[in-house]
Amino acid sequence: MSAHPLVRVDGLMKRFGTAAPVFADVHFRIEEGEFVCLIGHSGCGKTTILNVLAGLDEASDGTVLFADRELDGPSLDRAVIFQGHALLPWLDVESNVAFAVRSRWPRWSAQQVLGHVAHQLDVVGLRHAAKKKPSALSGGMRQRVGIARALAIQPRMLLMDEPFSALDALTRGTLQDEVARLCAETSQTVFMITHDVDEALLLADRIFLMTNGPDARIAEIVVNTIPGPRRRQDVHHHPAYPALRNHLLDFLIERSRGFDAGATNYDPKNPPEIRLVA
Amino acid sequence: MTRSLGVRAAALSLLIFVLFIAGWYLATRGGPGVATVDPAYAKLVGAAAAGGGKSAMPGPDVVAATLAKHLADPFFDRGPNDKGVGIQLLYSIGRVFLGFGLAMLVAIPLGFVIGLSPLMSKALDPFIQVLKPISPLAWMPLALYTIKDSAASSIFVIFVCSLWPMLLNTAFGVATVRREWLNVARTLECKPLRKAFRVVLPAAAPTILTGMRISIGIAWLVIVAAEMLVGGTGIGYFVWNEWNNLSIANVVVAILLIGLIGMALDQGLAFAQRKVSWVE
Repeated sequence: MSAHPLVRVDGLMKRFGTAAPVFADVHFRIEEGEFVCLIGHSGCGKTTILNVLAGLDEASDGTVLFADRELDGPSLDRAVIFQGHALLPWLDVESNVAFAVRSRWPRWSAQQVLGHVAHQLDVVGLRHAAKKKPSALSGGMRQRVGIARALAIQPRMLLMDEPFSALDALTRGTLQDEVARLCAETSQTVFMITHDVDEALLLADRIFLMTNGPDARIAEIVVNTIPGPRRRQDVHHHPAYPALRNHLLDFLIERSRGFDAGATNYDPKNPPEIRLVA
Repeated sequence: MTRSLGVRAAALSLLIFVLFIAGWYLATRGGPGVATVDPAYAKLVGAAAAGGGKSAMPGPDVVAATLAKHLADPFFDRGPNDKGVGIQLLYSIGRVFLGFGLAMLVAIPLGFVIGLSPLMSKALDPFIQVLKPISPLAWMPLALYTIKDSAASSIFVIFVCSLWPMLLNTAFGVATVRREWLNVARTLECKPLRKAFRVVLPAAAPTILTGMRISIGIAWLVIVAAEMLVGGTGIGYFVWNEWNNLSIANVVVAILLIGLIGMALDQGLAFAQRKVSWVE
């Protein structure tokens, strides 16, 4: 762990009204260039944590440091890929990406903006659809535009909230491969929420496991011992894969329920780091 | 019989029209009666009525001839009580546009404020709820008394009646912009004005246009009544004037033209609505 991680979350807690907190005492670090997945069941406050990192929501307690500065609202440094693609339906694909590019570089000429947009659409293989409205695209293509829009502003960190959950299995696989490739190429720092164990093992360097809400915690942090670059066609052949997958599934099925935050060997500031090898 | 729905509908429309005209013609066909009244009175009320015909109601032939006469020379101006129907319609359209335009200038920005601020929405709600159901014509005496100008008063009445649908629809459209899109704008650090014009306005535009369509429809309904009240010019005044002249043919022609212009206004905004609407 470096002394200056890109993200430093301490004692994060969220409470709605006077009810028990959704999650509490959440601590974690994310290093520059790291791909982190957060896994947990619905209702444990995963999306709230992501929204707090995005600056779209505020925690009830705790601090978030981003690049050693206290986080203060949304920023172009942190791009969000939303669960529903959140494209603006009255703009075509090109204009949707251009809207983000203009936000990032307001002084750019129209030509510079369009050049950059065309490049980003090339990256996700959608140049041919530049003039189409989102309604004319398939779900996978829409999410690609969302990815292009997020990457176009060259954020220091990418936040993804179950970006592939609404897609069919085939499209999901292709997009997972692409995201893995794009993020590896640019050493993009990523924080992603998922409930898909295989997706986490393909993409993440570290996997945060969250217990069930209310009063959810990060129970443990699983280090992905399958070395990169990981590809979908062979990641499951790696000798460490079965152990990792079983560990994650066991957690989701069993241990996420009965977790005891008061156990003496559990320190929320340093959740146990699990390193499984074959 | 596999003709398209459009063709069959058009054929049926034509048939209904022909039947209507034929029924109208038969109903109003009165033989030339014997004059049973004083010739001076007959001169005053028109030959048909005085002649003891079944009806003073003109047949479709008479109305068509009157319409042709009006269309041949719509813009003549022979003094305050004898202007072409085209001029009268232009007066009415002008007032509607003015009143409607002023209402737009107030309703759309105010609707934005109400839609964006739950506080303003709650604070202004009682006023809107009370003011909205007031018949726009009830404002007329107040307008005449304070503005002291009949033309401006009718514009004010149009303003008042156009205001509410636009205001409420704008507020609704703005308040229901998808949270996701606002979050996109927030994560891209959009300035408030850019967010308003590039995200909220296009998102709410179809709803706003719906309000504008309702408003222009009401405005066109109200202008006729308003002009009947204040008189002077306009198609409403024309209708009332022709009623006083007992020229039912002119009244029928005016009714037809009011309908056609109203349709044109509505279709114009429907076209604009199609331009700004989007599919998800």
